[in-house]
Amino acid sequence: MLKTFPKGGVHPAEDKYSANNAIETLPLPKTVSIPIAQHIGAPSKPVVNKGDKVKVGDKIAESAGFVSANIHSSVSGIVVKVDNVMDSTGYKRPCVVIDVEGDEWNESIDRSTDLKKEISLTDKEIINKINESGIVGLGGATFPSHVKLSVPAGKRIDVLIINGVECEPYLTSDHRLMLEKAEEMLVGIQILMKALGVNSALIGIENNKPDAISHLDTLVKDYPGIKVHALKVQYPQGGEKQLIKALINREVPSGALPLDVGAVVHNVGTALAVYEAVQKNKPLFERVVTLTGKSVTKPSNFMVRIGTPVTDLVEAAGGLPEDTGKIINGGPMMGKAVNSLEIPVVKGTSGILIMPADLSKRKKESDCIRCAKCVSVCPQGLEPYLLNKLALLEKNDKLETGGVMDCIECGSCSYTCPAGLPLLDYIRLGKSRVSQIIRSRK
Amino acid sequence: MFDVVIAMLPVLAISIYFFGMGAIIVTLTAVVSCLAFEWLIQKYMLKQEPSITDGSALVTGILLAFNMPTNLPIGIIIIGSLVAIGVGKMSFGGLGNNPFNPALVGRVFLLISFPVQMTSWPVPTGFSNSYTDAVTGATPLGVMKEGIGAGESVSAIMDKIPSHMEMFYGHMGGSMGEIAAVALLLGFAYLLIRKVITWHIPISIIATIAIFTGILWMVNPEANADPLFHLLTGGILLGAIFMATDYVTSPMSIKGMWVYGIGIGVITVLIRVFGAYPEGVSFAILIMNAFVPLINMYIKPKRFGEIKND
Ligand code: SF4
Ligand code: SF4
Repeated sequence: MLKTFPKGGVHPAEDKYSANNAIETLPLPKTVSIPIAQHIGAPSKPVVNKGDKVKVGDKIAESAGFVSANIHSSVSGIVVKVDNVMDSTGYKRPCVVIDVEGDEWNESIDRSTDLKKEISLTDKEIINKINESGIVGLGGATFPSHVKLSVPAGKRIDVLIINGVECEPYLTSDHRLMLEKAEEMLVGIQILMKALGVNSALIGIENNKPDAISHLDTLVKDYPGIKVHALKVQYPQGGEKQLIKALINREVPSGALPLDVGAVVHNVGTALAVYEAVQKNKPLFERVVTLTGKSVTKPSNFMVRIGTPVTDLVEAAGGLPEDTGKIINGGPMMGKAVNSLEIPVVKGTSGILIMPADLSKRKKESDCIRCAKCVSVCPQGLEPYLLNKLALLEKNDKLETGGVMDCIECGSCSYTCPAGLPLLDYIRLGKSRVSQIIRSRK
Repeated sequence: MFDVVIAMLPVLAISIYFFGMGAIIVTLTAVVSCLAFEWLIQKYMLKQEPSITDGSALVTGILLAFNMPTNLPIGIIIIGSLVAIGVGKMSFGGLGNNPFNPALVGRVFLLISFPVQMTSWPVPTGFSNSYTDAVTGATPLGVMKEGIGAGESVSAIMDKIPSHMEMFYGHMGGSMGEIAAVALLLGFAYLLIRKVITWHIPISIIATIAIFTGILWMVNPEANADPLFHLLTGGILLGAIFMATDYVTSPMSIKGMWVYGIGIGVITVLIRVFGAYPEGVSFAILIMNAFVPLINMYIKPKRFGEIKND
């Protein structure tokens, strides 16, 4: 029996159209807009001014605290402005805008492609390097990686968990990385193990990617301590808490972090970025983005420089289909609709999904019929129908006791509701109100 | 909702087999009037977009028919449908907002208002075209209740009523939906396979009744009928599988479903053994329906990573 998490979950259609398409490097854009707030935590402080000349890999904005991240230029060229530009949230946010000239890399970056296996840095040096290189969780959460590696005194970590689940339908960027950059990723995992001082790492991959599982399984023989685990397909297994439960059967308490149960979770893409940063001195300025959708001519996985406008990706995949209904930043379950193609790719962009009009129509909404299906699919054991109602009524105290902060925003409830209620939309609203209230209490 | 209708088809088929035209007439009348009342009330009284296509009124209509004898005068069926839809459902704000199972509201109203017509059960004679002139008799449960009341021993009463096997296939007097355990169980299996309902409510009701009546039976088998007799008669299976599991009026959490199911089981047996009515499941369900908001408020699903306070 394959392992999985025990409570709730759904099985949406996978629709991984781009799974067999190798990663292609997207041609350089003409301009990039690099937001200074593309991670969880404090927005970074720009360290360049209009008119400055930058190279690929130069730092352009500096981390503004412990929970924050450096940002590096993804191109070479001239800074044309440091100004507000619309990003994927639909709001204008400060960005560093650079006009591209050539492709000149910072000299300190090792551009060779040979695999460098020895890890010469110490644990402290590794964490510093990761911090320096602006690495954040690339699965989409964009939490600064060095923070997750800095284990507070008194906590003991005994296992590193690597998330190769990619449970969101449509998205394939992690899948491709596991096939094409497996060795680099495994070295990256060893670096993370060294930083954490653990001698065991588990890579969790859902059983719908047998090629990735068998590929990694043969390679890990040369990497002591790393094991590959095939998991039963079940959404949202990529949620940290669900993945930890599935792999090592530990339950992260409500309100606590994985490190409270001795585990740290990093995504496969992050492991690769760690390899590049530590072994090749290459900061995080590009990532793999899946551009996909049922009507997309050429569903693709692109290696994209951060700050590239989404429209470049759409063009490279054969243009915007005529029947486009909506464009989603991320996957269909957790992603959010965007209303412009000019938004830039950021560190957290794992995919752009183009939904045809007939699939983007919402189900007709009716009253809740109290079928309890949302309750039974919620992996966090919450009562989505109730949270939805409380959020609509703005009953913030009841929302809090109802566990709204435990919601991992997986969207299983909305997906399953036969009354067509957009439960997660309202729960998210309620959650952000409650989290503001909690913050103001401190 | 349409899965529920499919699950009810075997019951309907057996009913037609045993009761003939009566079963067809009662079902059609109940279904058509439920749909019509829902449409009329939504359109002209509430001025809403009618939502009869959601299938819920169809289900209510069939369930209401299942709770009726197959020789019930048409006028009474229509009144029952009006009460079920109008009072049981629409007066609370329509589907999703009604605290009580609409079909049961209709049934209980009729039982109180037309006790004679609602308890004169046609004897299953095989397919017949007769309607109101059907031969009537008491249900096995009625015979049992009366017999025990008159001081007869259970074994003596058993000789007068169909065997357990006959009851299992539906060969007994009763409402059209309650008679055939085999068809009800078939429907139950379908509902489970299609994941329309979970097993918790029906099984907790059935298990509670089996255990409770089992104890009474073991204490004195001559004054109390055996558990299987109880389960096969008086609509326990119909209630447990199709009525108590109504989404709107049953609890949201698994633990809550257990409490609700056990409550229905206990109340049913109490009514049967100590109350005035021979059967008790409809009242038991309605009583527990009333507790559902309370159950939902206090019995919560287990949260992921819940901190145990011990
Ligand atoms: S309430 Fe939150 S955690 Fe539960 S199913 Fe909905 S989105 Fe997922
Ligand atoms: S799934 Fe939808 S209809 Fe069913 S209980 Fe939840 S909110 Fe209500």
